[in-house]
Amino acid sequence: MPKAVAQKTEHITYEQAIAQTLRQEMDRDPNVFVYGLDVTDHKKIFGSTKGLEKFPEKRFFGTPLSEEAMTGVGLGAALNGLRPVHVHIRVDFLLLAMNQLANMVAPARFGSGGALKAPLVIRAVIGRGWGQAFQHSKSLQSVFAHIPGLQVVMPSSAYDVKGLLASAIRSDNPVVFLEHRWLYWMEGKVPVRSYTIPLGKAKVVRKGKDVTVIATSWMNVEAHKAADILARKQGVDVEIVDPRTIYPFDEETVIASARKTRHVIVADYDWEFCGFSAEVAARISEKCFGILKSPVTRIAFPHTQCATTRPLENEFYPNAVDIIRAIEKKLKLKPTNLKGEEFYSWENRFRGPF
Amino acid sequence: MQKKLFLSFYRKLYLVRRVEERIRDLYGEDEMKTPMHMSRGGEAIAVGVLEAAGKNSQAFGTYRSHALYLAKAQETDEFFAEMYGKATGTAKGKGGSMHIASLEAGLIMTSAVVGTTIPVAVGAALANAYKKNGKLVVSFFGDGALDEGVFWESLNFACLKKLPILFVCEDNDFAIHSRVKERTGHKPIADVVSTFYCHTGESVTTDVHEIYEKTKDIIGKMRVSEMPGFLHFKYYRYLEHVGVNEDFEAGYRSRKEMLSWLERDPVKLQRERLIKIGLEEKEVTAMERRINEQIERSITKAKQAPFPAKSEFKTDVYA
Repeated sequence: MPKAVAQKTEHITYEQAIAQTLRQEMDRDPNVFVYGLDVTDHKKIFGSTKGLEKFPEKRFFGTPLSEEAMTGVGLGAALNGLRPVHVHIRVDFLLLAMNQLANMVAPARFGSGGALKAPLVIRAVIGRGWGQAFQHSKSLQSVFAHIPGLQVVMPSSAYDVKGLLASAIRSDNPVVFLEHRWLYWMEGKVPVRSYTIPLGKAKVVRKGKDVTVIATSWMNVEAHKAADILARKQGVDVEIVDPRTIYPFDEETVIASARKTRHVIVADYDWEFCGFSAEVAARISEKCFGILKSPVTRIAFPHTQCATTRPLENEFYPNAVDIIRAIEKKLKLKPTNLKGEEFYSWENRFRGPF
Repeated sequence: MQKKLFLSFYRKLYLVRRVEERIRDLYGEDEMKTPMHMSRGGEAIAVGVLEAAGKNSQAFGTYRSHALYLAKAQETDEFFAEMYGKATGTAKGKGGSMHIASLEAGLIMTSAVVGTTIPVAVGAALANAYKKNGKLVVSFFGDGALDEGVFWESLNFACLKKLPILFVCEDNDFAIHSRVKERTGHKPIADVVSTFYCHTGESVTTDVHEIYEKTKDIIGKMRVSEMPGFLHFKYYRYLEHVGVNEDFEAGYRSRKEMLSWLERDPVKLQRERLIKIGLEEKEVTAMERRINEQIERSITKAKQAPFPAKSEFKTDVYA
């Protein structure tokens, strides 16, 4: 048997991984096209559509805002055999397309008795920081995942975003693909060649035995920080599970981790009430009721709106410290001394004026 | 040649009319448990436009699409099975009257939320242009859709991208029970649309041939200029918005209003034309009888067909 050839990898950012995947998928399949407001401008959606200029206009074009119609256009093109990738610079704008998403895209296959298929991808960026406030910061994964017919993906690393975006484009189902703006800066070791990661497969991103943190999107970064500090200062071994796709949901991996550590925190990057965190907590409670050593804890956004001013924004978003405190409570630890610990601050990456 | 065309018109007009008459007869049995939005009175628009658009065209419609389906598919087995919610229906009973469609026949989608298939039709046209397959898309909608933002968004985009799509507004003056004049703050729709980069046409006729000619004419222009088209046709909805009965007693419109339309009823007009061009009464009657028999066979089959297996309620959600 020939030895497996070492995979050529490179260190690239999340944003570069998206752009690279789009290029590779467009090279692979002439039916893939990318469109949306300003996808072709000088900023290229934070660089994530960079390099697509090499394709003819019909495969890479800007559109009027018209979010509802442009979503319907994606559906119609998909029904006729193309694979559209529609891009929104903020998730909040997708609400203008909710009619098409919920009434047309999601039930297209069911309502035709299986005659139609709608392979389209809707990419949308979750904003945060520097005054994004209540109309530029939503993630809404629970809202989208609530609707049968849609698949919802939330990659949290450069490696995952590449494999999952390729899968989303190749999927015969509509996929809502949610990318956190701050993750765009994250670097990772990413194979140069094209690859796919199946939708519906969670990833144990850090192995541990004492407590499980199920983290979505940006909460993975916070969970890692918390785990590092607790390992150093308390000798606590945190396991982190990233579901990666909200729907289909990989219950098996999540339950296996819950059974192992018997302490579970769900850290979801969305509102807590009626959110994905509630779904996960309920499923764990149903499957692991007798063996849990503590009730499932949820860490998510409180039932309020996100403010512009920094002090109130700080209160709105849960972070690594919240995760640390929740773990201390679960494991009955003394408060961890956080002196000298550095936490993520967007000011380190971005300063105004905007 | 002309005779063949006229016969084809009548065959389809009569098919739609007769199918809906049978629905009216049988709806009271409460076995067709699907909200019926009847085409009665507007049959000539679907028949005339689709004849001109050709077999190869793709159509998108509304919850009032019996005429569209029957003109496109010209079959009644799957149609009635769908009305009865049976496994042998167009969508295995998952769609019903408001979602009647046939990918094979080229009626891609119909929808129960006003205006929602318009952008989807534009996307289908985009794909056809992308593939350069020469297919024409026809998007049917009512006057109510003009109240929706998505109509204007879709029209704008289609004109911007010069897509091969014909928009057809079937105007019965009512969004359920509200008249156009109670809902509209702009000049007549064809005038407004004519300010977009597309071809426009309008007509107040029940003559299927006139509708056909008007459509052929605009498609000809569209092929040359590579711009979309927009046609506005008025008609009169004989029956209630939803359901199989008349509703003049409700008071929002009068029977008198209908009478002038009844005189030029599209099915009657075309039948008279067949006689005028020399067909014998018995030839026409024989054709009608064949259609009646087809419909009765379909109804019997549909009634006898099985409901979908219970497990079907969870299938077709994902591909």
